[in-house]
Amino acid sequence: MSSNPNSKPLITNSIKKLDYTLRLADGALILGHRLGEWCGHGPVLEQDIALTNTALDHLGRARSLYQYAAEQFNLLPAEEKKNVFTSVTLQNTVSTGANIDEDDLAYLRDGWDFRNELLLEQPNIDWAYTVARSFFYDTFNYFFFTQLQRSKDESFSAIAEKSLKEVTYHLRWSSEWVVRLGDGTEESHSRMQQAVNELWMYTGELFSMNDTDADMVSEGAGADLAAIKPLWMERVRAVLDEATINVPGDAWMQQGGREGRHSEHLGYILAELQFMQRAYPGMEW
Amino acid sequence: MANKSEWPLWEVFIRSKAGLDHKHAGSLHAADAEMAIENARDVYTRRMEGVSIWVVESKNIHASDPDESDSLYDPANDKIYRHPTFYNLPDEVKYM
Repeated sequence: MSSNPNSKPLITNSIKKLDYTLRLADGALILGHRLGEWCGHGPVLEQDIALTNTALDHLGRARSLYQYAAEQFNLLPAEEKKNVFTSVTLQNTVSTGANIDEDDLAYLRDGWDFRNELLLEQPNIDWAYTVARSFFYDTFNYFFFTQLQRSKDESFSAIAEKSLKEVTYHLRWSSEWVVRLGDGTEESHSRMQQAVNELWMYTGELFSMNDTDADMVSEGAGADLAAIKPLWMERVRAVLDEATINVPGDAWMQQGGREGRHSEHLGYILAELQFMQRAYPGMEW
Repeated sequence: MANKSEWPLWEVFIRSKAGLDHKHAGSLHAADAEMAIENARDVYTRRMEGVSIWVVESKNIHASDPDESDSLYDPANDKIYRHPTFYNLPDEVKYM
């Protein structure tokens, strides 16, 4: 912290900033968990390691963001703290007046308190789905964190700067696999095309601006998703073209994840992810 | 993956820091050079081992025949005059 008496946090602490932080953290945790599911099941040893490396990049980003979110939450007035989450287990911790930490946020919230986009909780299914899901999100992350580096919120800009290096590699990896499968054999092509078609309806949510986004942008703390969308589209189109994969046309876009309305898949992820802490509260190993 | 055995083998050379030589780190399977570099990055540099990677398909490496070691390497054993330390330098030669 600066010792300059005139300096103060640029961005006011607010429920919206907390919401924003948690969205980014939850996205990183849930995709990291999905990619981690490949551990020991990768098609070849080298890709098994590649994917778990990436999973841990996402998990590392999730930790930084959860720590920041917990910090913000703990500074909220007691009255406001009651209204942020509705998960019973977390509420019980909050009602004791104790501070919460990154683990509480990851393990003690129920599905409706998770803000990740629906895309990220979709199942692995096969290599093509796994690659397509990562490709859509990696492309988004690349442009998102490029913008977030300029955030007036110092924590956001620091996290963005570190993440961008990782994300640049993630995007390189997933783009290459899209092309490899798309422009590969007849079977790999059709699987890649199917994965792109099926996951397309979850890509619109990445760019839907809600009240939180509007506030964060107006404070100079968040990224303008409307500005990112054409950049995303251009990059996705270029890679899909190279992969000889058709870009799906306009379609109905699913959304709701950022408001806590999730597909059934999230529940299964959380059951596995949270079981130990729920069954044996506070356990360490 | 059924075609796992069809991916060629690559030898990986890693430079641990600027100014040092690339050293052989190991080998891996990959479909082409680009994937080989990415795989090498993920397999051999995840604990900060390197700043540069070379890959070469293993089939392009030609090795000496171990059965010929006697004739290839043993003759060097008694040629100490090939080492600069064998020679006494005049004091006038200061830097060498």
